[in-house]
Amino acid sequence: MFDFYFNLYPWVRMILQAIAVILFMFPVAAACSMAERKVAAWIQNRPGPNRVIAPIGGLLTPLGLVGRIPFLGPFLQKMGIFQLAADGGKFTFKEDPTPAHVNKFYFVLAPIIAMIPALTTVVVVPVGAYYAVVNGQTILQPIVLANVDVGLLAVFAVSSLGVYAVILAGWASNSKYAFLGGVRASAQLVSYELSMTLAVLPSFLWMNKPGGQGTLSLFDAVQMQNGVWHGFSMASLHGMWGVFYMPLSAFIFLVALFAETNRAPFDMPESESELVAGFHTEYGAFKWSLFFLAEYCHMIVGSAVCILLFFGGWNILPWIPLTTLIDWLSHIIPFATHPLFMGLVGIGIFVGKVFSFIFFFMWVRWTLPRFRYDQVMHLGWKKLLPLSIANLLFYTLGIALLQK
Amino acid sequence: MAVIPVERKPLTFAERTYIPQIIAGLRTTIRHLFQPTVTLQYPEQRPEIPKGYRGVPTLVMDPNGREKCVSCQLCEFVCPPKAIRITPGELPETSDNAHVEKGPQAFDIDMLRCIYCGLCQEVCPEEAIFLQNTFSMSGYTRAEMVNNKAKLYELGGTLPDEHFKWDKKKTAEQHGNAH
Repeated sequence: MFDFYFNLYPWVRMILQAIAVILFMFPVAAACSMAERKVAAWIQNRPGPNRVIAPIGGLLTPLGLVGRIPFLGPFLQKMGIFQLAADGGKFTFKEDPTPAHVNKFYFVLAPIIAMIPALTTVVVVPVGAYYAVVNGQTILQPIVLANVDVGLLAVFAVSSLGVYAVILAGWASNSKYAFLGGVRASAQLVSYELSMTLAVLPSFLWMNKPGGQGTLSLFDAVQMQNGVWHGFSMASLHGMWGVFYMPLSAFIFLVALFAETNRAPFDMPESESELVAGFHTEYGAFKWSLFFLAEYCHMIVGSAVCILLFFGGWNILPWIPLTTLIDWLSHIIPFATHPLFMGLVGIGIFVGKVFSFIFFFMWVRWTLPRFRYDQVMHLGWKKLLPLSIANLLFYTLGIALLQK
Repeated sequence: MAVIPVERKPLTFAERTYIPQIIAGLRTTIRHLFQPTVTLQYPEQRPEIPKGYRGVPTLVMDPNGREKCVSCQLCEFVCPPKAIRITPGELPETSDNAHVEKGPQAFDIDMLRCIYCGLCQEVCPEEAIFLQNTFSMSGYTRAEMVNNKAKLYELGGTLPDEHFKWDKKKTAEQHGNAH
């Protein structure tokens, strides 16, 4: 069956993979909203949503039957899984009024535009690796929808389109709160985009030695961190994660990521205590849920990029890359090097890391209060930007001296 | 007024980056994450009702199962929101408690009006009405929210009595020394 899959026409395989990724992203982004509520509750010593259970009878019977399984059912109920289904159903089917005073075309366009970059960026994010036999040689291949050389550039280019959704929503809503939210978002996202891009450059300076083949591929960024990347002379750095020798880059990237995804303490565009709900004040029902999902998709993709660049991608521990792990496992499990098994292990490790990042996002959200707007600008332009430029210069000089 | 100058040390570099503070904050929140929750799971777990709690007003019987209310209507008069409505009645001659003479024919407390002030309990000379532990009343109609006499006795039950006033009176009467 796997041979059948690998022998499929590449386009068919791509489409299958794309559907798999969307089928993964949507529920996970939705589940993140429940995780957010649960983490918020636990941090505040509350149990969180733990009541809803699906009824038996009608469309929801399968869900209701799951809820009646002893131990598992009550556990799922306690974790709010059925609440999640109820919320999803509500967002999909409730009335979706469009206010009379809005610019209808752009009002409807905004949530669509929010969703597009959020789901598009996933295309270039590798999620795992497997051994493939190409021209008689066994090489490591990434599990990715589009293994392009411009991976990181594509992520930045497409994900920064997300700001248009916020601006458009704020402007089309024709409401002062939404407008202020949109204005804040545009200024904030533009400010932090800069530091974010400058912060990741050192990591690619390491990879692209002069005269070599230039790449911005995210897969190669992970390869650099598992010691397999060929042509790299400094053995001491093999297997080390980016965060160890570029801590400042990782830090700046993380802070900018918080700002880019509009998460607390940078949730200026929403700032529910100041601007009602910011740019999505006038939205409700399905359109609002699209904004919501887009925010979580951004978080997932952002964390994924951060992990790929600085936290070792699908390598389980520093100096223990996936390939070594699979070598060990192949002593116990005969089919360990099978693409499916290896891929699943890699994806499992990677998704685990992404989830811990999402948890970190939530943890920070319920710890830090929101910045004042001038503080956001101050931090962005006067602190992070000079810091990231200094960081870039430092690594440029350092790499130049080391490779001389 | 003396002016006391307060020495404020300038922030150190670490403090100005906020990072130690942020880490301390994160430590605090993660500690709370693993603490047990403090929420009372209400319908299953009930709060402990303190002594002297003023819940729903109820009518009580004495330990002999005698209706204590003598329909003097003091509670009806004192009730600030006029939630109590009593129809007084005479006890029949054949009754065991005929010497009490009066008892309520109907006793309605409109729980949509009641403000749980406890004045009825305070004013009752017979200690027949008590605000007890029930605190949640619900119903689908207005009529459901009016507690009639049967419901009031069902909610109230029997409370211990110290005086047995009417029993003593009856004994005294039987011995011929009624006042």
